[in-house]
Amino acid sequence: MISLTIDGVRVQAEEGETVLQAAKRAGIRIPTLCHLEGLSPRGACRLCLVEVRNWGGRLVPSCATPVQEGMEIVANSPRLRELRRTILEMIFAERNHICAFCVSNGHCELQDLAMELGMDHVRFPYRWPLLPLDLSHEKYGIDHNRCVLCGRCVRACAEVEGAMTWGFSGRGIFTLVEADLGDPWGKSKTCTGCGKCVQACPTGALFEKGKATSEQMKRPEIILEVTERRPRA
Amino acid sequence: MPKLRVATVWFSGCSGCHMSFLDLDERLLEFAERADLVFSPIADVKEFPENVDVVLIEGAVGNTAHLHELLEIRRRAKILVALGDCAITANVPSLRNPLPREEVLHTVYGKDDPPGLEEGAVPKLLPHALPLHAVVPVDYFLPGCPPPAERIWKLLRPILLGQRPELSGPDLKFG
Repeated sequence: MISLTIDGVRVQAEEGETVLQAAKRAGIRIPTLCHLEGLSPRGACRLCLVEVRNWGGRLVPSCATPVQEGMEIVANSPRLRELRRTILEMIFAERNHICAFCVSNGHCELQDLAMELGMDHVRFPYRWPLLPLDLSHEKYGIDHNRCVLCGRCVRACAEVEGAMTWGFSGRGIFTLVEADLGDPWGKSKTCTGCGKCVQACPTGALFEKGKATSEQMKRPEIILEVTERRPRA
Repeated sequence: MPKLRVATVWFSGCSGCHMSFLDLDERLLEFAERADLVFSPIADVKEFPENVDVVLIEGAVGNTAHLHELLEIRRRAKILVALGDCAITANVPSLRNPLPREEVLHTVYGKDDPPGLEEGAVPKLLPHALPLHAVVPVDYFLPGCPPPAERIWKLLRPILLGQRPELSGPDLKFG
């Protein structure tokens, strides 16, 4: 067992566990977005940043950092609150997140984080990029305007369904989630149409066709349930 | 305490925030006890007056008229509240922002001489619909599309009582 402290609370953790898992068990809330139980950690969104006090205040993503003996973690502080809000504002400024008519309005992890982190406005200039919408799939659609590039769809498709349909193209703010090297989703030869990517998506970027404003409920927890039900050798 | 001079303004928005303001219902009686509505789309006043204590602005800054009015309103009002998502994020009016202004106007009004392309009887459309705080400092942000009457009152009542309002959690819900 490994001993560490999180916000002054002494916590015991198994070797290989992440700081986020240890915090969760100790009942300490750390906001996350790209993290999803049942998928490998990615550290893409940076919202779960914590401070390691005895590493000179270094910031690490708690979802992707294994616990180490003697770590003194700060999970909640004015500095972290400001950093997390700033990161969230950059996500909002990067694409066209318009809650008012989004299919996921009221059921969106990004919208919930804005409330949790006290984001009453975005201090950065909005980029307002012109981004495509792909409705070629029979059952689902993808709206890149609402994508936060968390990669939960990419991981769910590869790690749980094993189809490896989704991947990233481009770099930085020009990154897009694409099916089969950029083909329209409906033309994909690898997509099984299982919809795990849609359920894993934290925003309204991936949605079921026919859903109107506020109607798209997601079940991201099925990713872990499916993984646990799978028979093991 | 003397009555506060309160104004409400309607820029590029659907008037839903003003409908929500009217939904204050019986709370409007307390509002009337503590404040005078000196300028509003629901009051017949032509020019934005001087010495306004509180102004609630609905809508994004969509054209040159909004821009000039906002600068003047900021000069004449002590407390400026961004009322609703359009005033805070540009929201639905910002749907046109990824597209060139000329393309939008020609698509909607035809090829010849669409209004809003040049300064005239109709003010010129800005290249982007902007949130208020992109133009002037904003004192309070009241999210929602529209913000429910309860939320408006939660912000407005402390201001009317000379206190500092604090919104948090579900009261900051966009959409």
